[in-house]
Amino acid sequence: MRLARRDFLTFAGSAATFALLPQKGGAQTIDLPFENGQRPVVAFPQKRPLLLLTPRPPQLETPFAVFDDGVVTPNDAFYVRWHEAGVPQQVDATTHRIAVSGAVNRTLSLSLADLAGMETIEYLAVNQCSGNGRALSSPRVAGGQWDNGAMGNALWTGVRLRDILDRAGLKPSAKQVQFDGLDGPVLPSTPDFRKSLDLAVAQADDVMVAYAMNGAPLPLLNGYPVRLIVPGWYATYWVKMLSAITVLDHVDDNFWMKSAYRIPDTPDNSVVPGATGFPTIPINKMRVRSFITNIADGATLTAGSQTVRGIAFDGGSGIARVELSSDGGTTWHQAALEHDYGNYSFRRWHATFDAKTGPQKLAVRATANDGATQPVKQGWNPSGYLRSTIETYAVTVR
Amino acid sequence: MTRALIGVACALALVGTAASAATVPRGPVSITLPGDAGFAFKPGPGVIAAQTYCLTCHSSAYVSTQPTLSRAQWTAEVAKMRSPYGATIPDDQVATLVEYLTTQYGKP
Repeated sequence: MRLARRDFLTFAGSAATFALLPQKGGAQTIDLPFENGQRPVVAFPQKRPLLLLTPRPPQLETPFAVFDDGVVTPNDAFYVRWHEAGVPQQVDATTHRIAVSGAVNRTLSLSLADLAGMETIEYLAVNQCSGNGRALSSPRVAGGQWDNGAMGNALWTGVRLRDILDRAGLKPSAKQVQFDGLDGPVLPSTPDFRKSLDLAVAQADDVMVAYAMNGAPLPLLNGYPVRLIVPGWYATYWVKMLSAITVLDHVDDNFWMKSAYRIPDTPDNSVVPGATGFPTIPINKMRVRSFITNIADGATLTAGSQTVRGIAFDGGSGIARVELSSDGGTTWHQAALEHDYGNYSFRRWHATFDAKTGPQKLAVRATANDGATQPVKQGWNPSGYLRSTIETYAVTVR
Repeated sequence: MTRALIGVACALALVGTAASAATVPRGPVSITLPGDAGFAFKPGPGVIAAQTYCLTCHSSAYVSTQPTLSRAQWTAEVAKMRSPYGATIPDDQVATLVEYLTTQYGKP
């Protein structure tokens, strides 16, 4: 949606207001493990101190240690990513409407109260930026320079997108469903951020219009009052501050579908660095990933038996197996999987290993129920998407 | 365990059996974003062009957090910002911007 400046100022008065917390003694900084990786740690409104990538538009990364605290990423620690600086700073859930139009039999204007009258669905799901880990691309690529903290796992509550589409009634010509939020570009010449899904995906049983995150309203920076949830798919499709659902009778040719968020249409979706002219497709389901959460790369450990904990997830088939290596990937030992919160959630795991004095290289590898596993070498693509390589952690044991 | 985590734990206990206690939100929420939060372009020849054309849409952090891009890469970035991103950079400012970005944030 394009907003005039006055619209940003519409709702004054009784709003719950949140401002930037003052930093005592200047902002702390954290050095991420790549060139130009220094990040101030700043608390934005409704957020605890997070790694500040860019203040305008707001982009905040979750410090990785948060993922060791539990299976759920708290709302105030959840990463933030906006494309365009026209982010409304005041949003009223009571007057908010979702316009449903296009190739439908009945146009709708849905309020939050309307959603409250529909069947509720709820599940845990990982939201991960397409470019999570982009700064670890080799060779590096331009774009938002995320380490691996542009992801989070939350309990989402809302209604089925399919139920909304059924209420509107699809015309036979319906082909895709396009989503738009309240945010917009600064300049009228900049393409407004909109994303589309094929009808078959949009009508899946679990695609959700969510009004709650971990049992609470969404933080404004995560899309208050409603956002789309496409479980198993990269977060580019999870449109925030959802304000319009438009059923298209054609394949969306807007910039954000036709040109951006595309991956090479090659067997492993990678190309040789510098390649041009290859065919591309829209990014889609997430690739399987796993991480150690209680031991950081570069950590010093004590000799003897050590517990290692972490998380794994994929694009919705669920995690079948997690293996840990303490010799850089030469030998692997099966880790114990913890409680299963569903195929879209982080799956926690733990294992032990015998820490011997000297340098050691830990590595973790997950295999999904669909058989996919993590590659030793990360394939390259020009936008630094789809990172799923085996992560390694160099430690020193004393 | 914080209160928020207890709330989540209660909500999790209900997964698969019934809806959590979450209800649709009501009313306005208002935040105040910090603008550029102290980020600024490095001084140097061409900085006025960077301030004029880049800061329209994003803070200088978008530039300063990039890897040290080559002249060819900065040339491609400036071109991308003009089209498709719609930045209103005049033709005669392109070389100035590329020179500034390569000198201050790139590699020769």
